[in-house]
Amino acid sequence: MSEVKFSKEHEWITLEEDVATIGITKHATEMLGDIVFAELPEKGSNVEKDGSAGVVESTKAASDVYTPVSGEVVDINQAIVDDPSKINEDPEGTAWFFKLKMKDTTELDSLMNKEEYEKFAKESSS
Amino acid sequence: MEIKKTSLNKLHQDNQAKFVEFAGYEMPIQYSKGVIEEHKFTRAHAGIFDVSHMGQLFVYGDENLTSDLEKIFPLDLKNLQQNCSKYSFLMNEEAGVYDDLIITKLKDGYLIILNAACKEKDFEILSTKLSKKYKMELNSDRALIAIQGPKSVDILNEIINGVKDLTFMTGNWFEFNDQKVFVTRSGYTGEDGFEVSIINDEAEEFTKSLINKGAKLIGLGARDTLRLEAGLCLYGHELDLNKTPVEANLKWAISKERLSNGGFVGSDKIMSQIKKGAKQIRVGIKPEGRLIAREKTKIFNLTETPIGEITSGTFGPSVNGPIAMGYIDKEFSKIDTKILLEVRGKKYPANICKLPFYKKSYVKGVN
Repeated sequence: MSEVKFSKEHEWITLEEDVATIGITKHATEMLGDIVFAELPEKGSNVEKDGSAGVVESTKAASDVYTPVSGEVVDINQAIVDDPSKINEDPEGTAWFFKLKMKDTTELDSLMNKEEYEKFAKESSS
Repeated sequence: MEIKKTSLNKLHQDNQAKFVEFAGYEMPIQYSKGVIEEHKFTRAHAGIFDVSHMGQLFVYGDENLTSDLEKIFPLDLKNLQQNCSKYSFLMNEEAGVYDDLIITKLKDGYLIILNAACKEKDFEILSTKLSKKYKMELNSDRALIAIQGPKSVDILNEIINGVKDLTFMTGNWFEFNDQKVFVTRSGYTGEDGFEVSIINDEAEEFTKSLINKGAKLIGLGARDTLRLEAGLCLYGHELDLNKTPVEANLKWAISKERLSNGGFVGSDKIMSQIKKGAKQIRVGIKPEGRLIAREKTKIFNLTETPIGEITSGTFGPSVNGPIAMGYIDKEFSKIDTKILLEVRGKKYPANICKLPFYKKSYVKGVN
């Protein structure tokens, strides 16, 4: 599996061959608070880089989930829809959001690595 | 304008509060455990809420004060006993609500608890309506600290002996560290609890003593989910100048005695609405599934005609599902009526349901 990459919208992404797994970062869940609702894209649909691909809601507010790359949705994590509190528990592990079959894996090149993201997250929250 | 801080600000910081600006004050939205745990802790144990941003208006005067206040509030204040509290409203002539409030009769006047965002305006309105001979003080030297939940009576009584004898919606003066504190058995969470008005200098020590007895600080986030589960209105959401107490389904808060004779600000409108019925009314709404319908969500009937709007909506941690309140055309306000809610461009099913969403456990008393 590839190195984990991160977007400015606080998504993480890993790549295995041409299938990307995408979720939201621990930092994002800490900013959002308790997540009580998750909506994911439909399996088989196509999503565009930087476009909206879902929604998460805390007790306080709703936030869009963006996809950092384009592709066809080949799998979604129904477990987080059924129990959204799983997202707070393990956001960068078992609580992934969706998997995309990518056409152009070079889209990952512009994303941040872990070190860059941590710096970005720290700066954007202060 | 510089942001205001309450006397508990440092204590909030020491407890890892996340702050938000609310009505010009820096207030804790939540602490490290988060809204859901804070909410559930309040329902099971005892939560401490800093509500010092709310207005504490003391009005002192002779017996004429009671009849002058009756010209403003839809209450039977003459027959209200000393130390008893009532929920009421400050209205305009059209019965639009400037603020909702709790008024308590004192030995030599009244204490009125006002919403933070409305208190300055309320003070101005009341100053013009009341004679200059009455002394009015919008207090800034006193903090207001609520302790809410089933354990609050035992915890508070260990610190302020005698509060356990207060019944719901009554209050009295007590002492803490030789300072006078005014304690009422009331709150806004649907739980038994108290609100304590205490001099700023003692507020932190008092709150720490509550924490030492097992109570925990709770932020405004959980205060909102608690009040919504309890079916209680929040000013600026369920109540504003465009809504009347009749439309808000709060007719119970208007004294029956006053409804027959009127004579309070807004009485003509109130009496005519009670007679003819209001076009829209506040209801409880439960979306099906997990969908959350926020404030301003449009409500439709099953033939997709617009029939109302959500005023508050969130996830209810004790209900363990989404809950909302809103205003809806009267003919659709019956319990179990199916409606549709438009969220992110799609319509989802929901049902009108009984309020409160969560059954309250107030300690009842005769008043």
